[in-house]
Amino acid sequence: MYETTFILSPELTEDEYKSMVAKFIKILTDQQAEILNTEYWGIKKLAYPIQKRGSGYYTYIEFKSPMEAIQKVETEFGYDEKVLRYLTVSLDKHAVAYNKKRREQGFGSEKKTEATLTNA
Amino acid sequence: MAYQKQSYGNDSSGQFPGASNQQPENRKKYCRFKKSGIKHIDYKDPKFLLKFVNEQGKILPRRLTGTSLKYQRKLSTAIKRARHLALLPFVTDSLK
Repeated sequence: MYETTFILSPELTEDEYKSMVAKFIKILTDQQAEILNTEYWGIKKLAYPIQKRGSGYYTYIEFKSPMEAIQKVETEFGYDEKVLRYLTVSLDKHAVAYNKKRREQGFGSEKKTEATLTNA
Repeated sequence: MAYQKQSYGNDSSGQFPGASNQQPENRKKYCRFKKSGIKHIDYKDPKFLLKFVNEQGKILPRRLTGTSLKYQRKLSTAIKRARHLALLPFVTDSLK
């Protein structure tokens, strides 16, 4: 069980942003990854400028996958210059339980589920 | 958030002896995580992590927050991950 959070540069438009996330998801599913949860946090202000940008599109993906998928998607993150930052974390049992609870109750910082992407 | 002077009773869930109070902390400190049964500290929730970071954005030491060693380690990794994802600043002058 893994979870990936990554930030895309704010210059992207909404549909470019969605298509890029779909591209990464496709890379994962090509490696027999099972996507459990995708969240689009939309544009958020960064706590400090990354590559001279003050904000970015945050995306959070939770998935179950073999180990190779991680290397594939991370090299892809590395190639793409629109990706400002990414973090992939493996989940222990407490984290898995926490995420399951989080998904059901939908609490957590301004979480926007895939269905309700509001371009606020 | 306003710090009431003598509000460190067990009922106040959000309050704990923060870095800025002046009078000596004599009551027995407790580990918030063990008491409330939190097992996983989520790095994606900066609002919660802000309680464990002082105004400069530095992680509060255990002797002030009273958290146990096990959860302090989880807390520090969560804060460092949040910093990596720019959810928390590395250093700032006026955080709260």
